[in-house]
Formats: sequence, C-alpha cells, structure tokens
Amino acid sequence: MDVFLQQLINGIALGSIYGLIAIGYTMVFGIIGMINFAHGDVFMLSAFIALIIFLALTQFLGLSSLPLVFVLVLIAAMVLTSLWNFVIERVAYRRLRGSFRLAPLISALGTSIFLANFVYVVQGPRNKAVPPIFTDVIHITAGSGGYKVTLSYKQILIVAVTAVLLAAFWYVVQKTPLGRAQRACEQDAKMAALLGVDVDRTIALTFVIGAALAAVAGVLFMLYYGVVNAADGFVPGVKAFTAAVLGGIGSLPGAVLGGLLIGLIETFWSAYFSADYKDVAAFSILAITLIFVPSGLLGRPDVEKV
Amino acid sequence: MSSAAPGRFDFMRASKDAALAAIIAAGLSFPILALRAEPDIDNRITLQGRWSWLFIAAAIAFAGRFVLALLNVRPRRKPATDEALPASAYRAARFIGPAGLALLFVFPLAMFAALGPQGSLKWIDNYGIQILIYVMLGWGLNIVVGLAGLLDLGYVAFYAVGAYSYALLSTTFGLSFWLCLPLAGILAAFWGILLGFPVLRLRGDYLAIVTMAFGEIIRIVLVNWSVVTNGDAGISSIPRASFFGLPFTAGPNGFAATFGLKFSPIHRVIFLYYLILCLALLTNFVTVRLRRLPIGRAWEALREDEIACRSLGLDTVKLKLAAFALGAMFGGFAGAFFAVRQGFVSPSSFTFIESATILAIVVLGGRGSQLGVALAAAVIIGGSEILRELDFLKQIFGEDFDPTQYRMLIVGIAMVMMMNWRPRGLVATRAPTIALGERRAISGALVKEGHG
Repeated sequence: MDVFLQQLINGIALGSIYGLIAIGYTMVFGIIGMINFAHGDVFMLSAFIALIIFLALTQFLGLSSLPLVFVLVLIAAMVLTSLWNFVIERVAYRRLRGSFRLAPLISALGTSIFLANFVYVVQGPRNKAVPPIFTDVIHITAGSGGYKVTLSYKQILIVAVTAVLLAAFWYVVQKTPLGRAQRACEQDAKMAALLGVDVDRTIALTFVIGAALAAVAGVLFMLYYGVVNAADGFVPGVKAFTAAVLGGIGSLPGAVLGGLLIGLIETFWSAYFSADYKDVAAFSILAITLIFVPSGLLGRPDVEKV
Repeated sequence: MSSAAPGRFDFMRASKDAALAAIIAAGLSFPILALRAEPDIDNRITLQGRWSWLFIAAAIAFAGRFVLALLNVRPRRKPATDEALPASAYRAARFIGPAGLALLFVFPLAMFAALGPQGSLKWIDNYGIQILIYVMLGWGLNIVVGLAGLLDLGYVAFYAVGAYSYALLSTTFGLSFWLCLPLAGILAAFWGILLGFPVLRLRGDYLAIVTMAFGEIIRIVLVNWSVVTNGDAGISSIPRASFFGLPFTAGPNGFAATFGLKFSPIHRVIFLYYLILCLALLTNFVTVRLRRLPIGRAWEALREDEIACRSLGLDTVKLKLAAFALGAMFGGFAGAFFAVRQGFVSPSSFTFIESATILAIVVLGGRGSQLGVALAAAVIIGGSEILRELDFLKQIFGEDFDPTQYRMLIVGIAMVMMMNWRPRGLVATRAPTIALGERRAISGALVKEGHG
C-alpha cells in the first residue's frame, strides 16, 4: 500500500509534465492537423534555456532567493522558447500549409533533427547536472518495514505550477478573443478567415502558447530530474504525444488526462514490472490506442471526407 | 513585411527586415549559443560566455535576410511546385543510369589499380560500401514511401532484424552467410507483416509515429533481452562471408592462394563491394519491374487516392502489407550484409537517427525516384565521410571542433529547406508507369505523394 501511494505521487508529478507537453501537440494538431514532431525537442531546448538562465542568475548575478529565481527562470524560459517556436513555425511550417499532406510532417522531422543536433553541438554531449534545489521532503507515513512515503517540495511545486498554468490556459482558450479565434480556426479555417479572423496570426499564437507550456514542462523536468541532455527531447516527446493520442488528439482536457494516465502507467509499470521496459509500455499504449480507439478517451471520432 | 513594388529594390525596407532578423537571431541564441553550461573538474556546473557567437549568429541572420531581399526571393504563399525539365534533358538523363552503373562496376578496380591495396581500402570500404548500403536501404524504403506512399519512420527495425538474424543464426547454429541471407530477408519480411498488420489501417501521419514506436520497441528489446542478444555489448566475431566456399584467409585453401594471388585484406573488401552492389541492383530491379506489374500500379494508385482504390475494390490492407513486407525484406538483406561486413552488431547501430537518415535520403532524393535516392545517399553518406576527414578545421576552430557532429544538423536543415523549396526532392520528375504513345518523364508536381 505504501509503495502504491508513493508511486501514485510520483506518477502524478511525472504525468503533470507530460500533460503540459501534450497540450502543445494536441493544440497544433487541432488547428492545422499536423503532428508537430519537433515539439519534444522544443521541450528539451526549453530545459536547456532554463538551466542556463538559472546558472546565469545564481552565478553571474548572485541571486540567492530561490522562489524569485524560480519565477524568473520560468518567465525567461517561457518567453525565449516561445520565440523559438514562433520562428520555427514561420520558417519550417507556414509555407507548407496547403502543400501535400506529409510535407509538414517531414519538415517537422527535419526541425526535430536540427534542434537535437544544434543543442548537442553548441552545448556539448555531456549530461548537465543541475545543482539540487527544493530538496526538502514531507514524510507522509512511515509504514511497516521502514518504507517511508515521501512527498517532496518539488512534486508539490510541479503539481501546483501545472494546475495554475492550466487554469490560466483554460481561461485564454475559453474566454478571450484569441481563444475564440483559435476554436474558430480549428472548426473551419477558411470560414474563420472569411469572417475576419487572422488565421496566420492565430496559428502563430497557437505555436507560441504550446511552446510556453512546453517551457514550463522543461523547467519542471530540469527541476525534477536534475539533469538535462540534448537527447532528452525524443522519448518525453513521444510519451507526451502518446498522452495526447490517449486523451483524444485535439481535445485539451484529454491531453491533461492522457498525460496523467501515461505518467501513472509509466511509474507503476517501472515499480511493479520492469524499469527497463518502461518505454516499451508507453510506445505500446500509443500503438494500441491508435489501432483500437483512434479517437482516444475524450476525442471526437475522425470522419473521413471524400 | 508587405511586398514592395516589383522590380525596385527597397534598400530601407530590406535593411529594416534584416535588422529585425538579426535581433530575433540574437534573442534566439542569447542563452543557448552565447552561454555554455559545462561541468568543471569538481563536476560543478558552470557557465562559460561566448558572446562572439551571438554576434556571428546575428550577423549571419542579417546577411541572409538582406541577400534574400536583394534576390527578391519573397516567401511565396503558394506551395512550391517543380517544373518539368525540357525534353532534351530527359534524353540525356537516359544515359545517366547505364553510365553510373558502369562507373560503379569499375570503381573498386580503378581505385585498386590507382592507389594499391593500402590506399584504395578507405575509398572502397568507407565510401563505396558505406554509400551502397544506404543506397540499398533507400531503395528498399522507397518501395514503402515512394511507391505505396506510406511514411515509415521505423525502417531501421527491419535492418536490425536482418543483422541480428544473420548474427544469431551464424554464431549459434553455424549457418553460412549464403543460407542466412535469404533467411534474414524472410524473417524481416515476416516482421514487416507482423508489425504492419495492426497499424496499416492508420492514416499517414499516425502510421509514421506508430512505425517509429515499433522501431524503438525493437531496439529496446535488443538492449534488454540480454540472454539472446547480449544487450548493449552486442554480438561479436560473426563469421565472415566466403567466396563460393573459399574463405578470405591467408591459408592454402583461401581465396588468394586458390587464384594464385598474393594475400591481401583488400580482396574481401572488393568482394563485399560487389556483393552489396548486386544486392542494391537487385532491389532496384525488383522495384522497377514491380512498377509494371498490377501490384505496382495498385501501389501507385493507392498513393494517389486511397478512397478511390477502395471504391474500385482493391484490398488496401493487403496492398500496404505487401509493400511493407517487401520493403522490410530488402532492409533485412541489407542488415545481413551489414552484419557480415562489420563482424559485429550492437543495438547502437539501429537508433531512430538511422531511420531518420534513411528517410532523409528518400525524401531529399525524391520519393519514387530511384536515381534521386541513389544521388541523395551518395551526397549524405559520402558527405558525412568527407566531414570526418576535415581535420584541418580543428586548427581553425580549436581542438574541440568535431566536423562529424554537424552531419545531422545539416541533414535537418536540408529536410526543412527541401520541403519549402523543392517538396518533390532532388530529382523531381517521374517516368510514368504506363503511357500512350511516346513515353515522356513528367513533373513530380503531377504525382501525388501519398496520404494514406
């Protein structure tokens, strides 16, 4: 029972990170029907940006107030990652709308390869260990056999930050003109354009929002695991995509739900079966979902039009 | 950035755009380029500033944007299409194939004659064989991606199945290479069917992701199933191939002694070169012939319009499976060849980046174009071998500079640029499968590139 509780806590923390990345996939898919293959690498890039800003603040400027540093890192990473994704959309995807169906996917694959190797080249191949921060833990139970269920400040922080940002994000999508334009473009881009919605701008902002949420995930990932590497974009990216598919691609609550489920499945699988095969579990869920329930848990069924 | 009056170069606007590009580039590169996080001796992570890189990046962005404006190459909103070349170019192109083929057959002997056994080894092995492996993989994947229009991101799985089939069958049961080669192909095709069966009902981009997932699953199994695959350490001392029973050894029964030659390791390399050349040509031959058979036409019809195919009563799942299995089979052949050439296989040879490289070869060369794929393989693989030799750059950029790191960086940029400017690839024309009257090549723009 104690092990179960502990894994539940770990799984929710991990799942929050996946959920944040998954929103970027599902939003872009919803609005332009494209799998943004590079999103995982944008996430990895944001973790590097966060690491560097963190080091710059603590080492160059000598800031010592951790909460202040955390907030500054979060904001800087969100802004810079958004700028990156804005430029990526402009350079790699915008002109391919209306090209043949696989063109944006191949372009995204190229972007993904570029980003991973760009960070590899400019930051080096070694693992970057982050100085530990927020290391305190709360002991929930000290059950039999001395197994202590702990809840770390980091995990609380991850869940809290995720919850706050998701609320803000939900507000943007549901209550602001931008969100309305987004939903309009998602339903029918041509009609939205006729009614005066700037489709290009809306799509660009979708990429910006997706990148900002991925950057939050990047900061939390760096905080949680304490190490970043240029190769770290691929596997979390695929898992977050799995989360988006599992929840129903195009559905925003689905992405969060899928993220939590994937996080939980991964931690429980690692704890009770085999940590070596935990990636196989996630990849298999992706395949199984796509084959048997392609519309996911909360998604709308995909109607094929002639 | 609205368009200026045509024919007039607006210096002010160009400068303003370029300055904006420079500012954005500086903003993008500010943390990631200008500062490098590196653990020091005490494993304590510290930042090193490299502010000059930031200015270089900004300068490149400025110059690039300015030149773009100067050339008046405005981003077109219409998706780019490629025009067909004049007919004379096609008459000339007819000779490229045979001429290239002759060159390929002469290449190792010419190298051997010119540079001797020591000097030619590098050229035949690193360039010749290495490129031909990727030409074969590219052609194999071309059946799936180019003909049937299915985007397969996990092709390396079948390459791995072929390589491990030969490695395991030969080291465990002592089977010879010539027996294992067809077996490896059959096993890979079998895996192609097994993996393909559940996923081929999926739409194009979903299919891409699921095949990628399968590719990774196979690699993870290879890493972790140590009892059979020996995990990360891989399988070594795989038996070499023999020349119709004659081993390439220095002994009295060896190849060199039988033919009265002085023993040299180059004999084996030249033999391997011709082996992979024949395998690659077999792939090409089968592909070209299949295009004329009903199944090949059905594949192309499937690529053009899946719904129309289904309406006309074609069994699309069976067709896709056939393409998948056939592509996998050639991947398996190439894998068996890889194992016999290296004498060693490990999971690190079969990563996702390998799949991406093969796909990049097919995409950059031009999906469906056999010549384009071969050219792209030569450029990408040959290019990365050349990068390996640019050691003198270390004197310019310092000891840490490793040119080979830039290979995939360039490939990534090339894929994005190709999709933007030449979405049909390097060779953007296709010979029509059937034609009334004169057979003329057509622009790739008239060919759909698959959606299913």
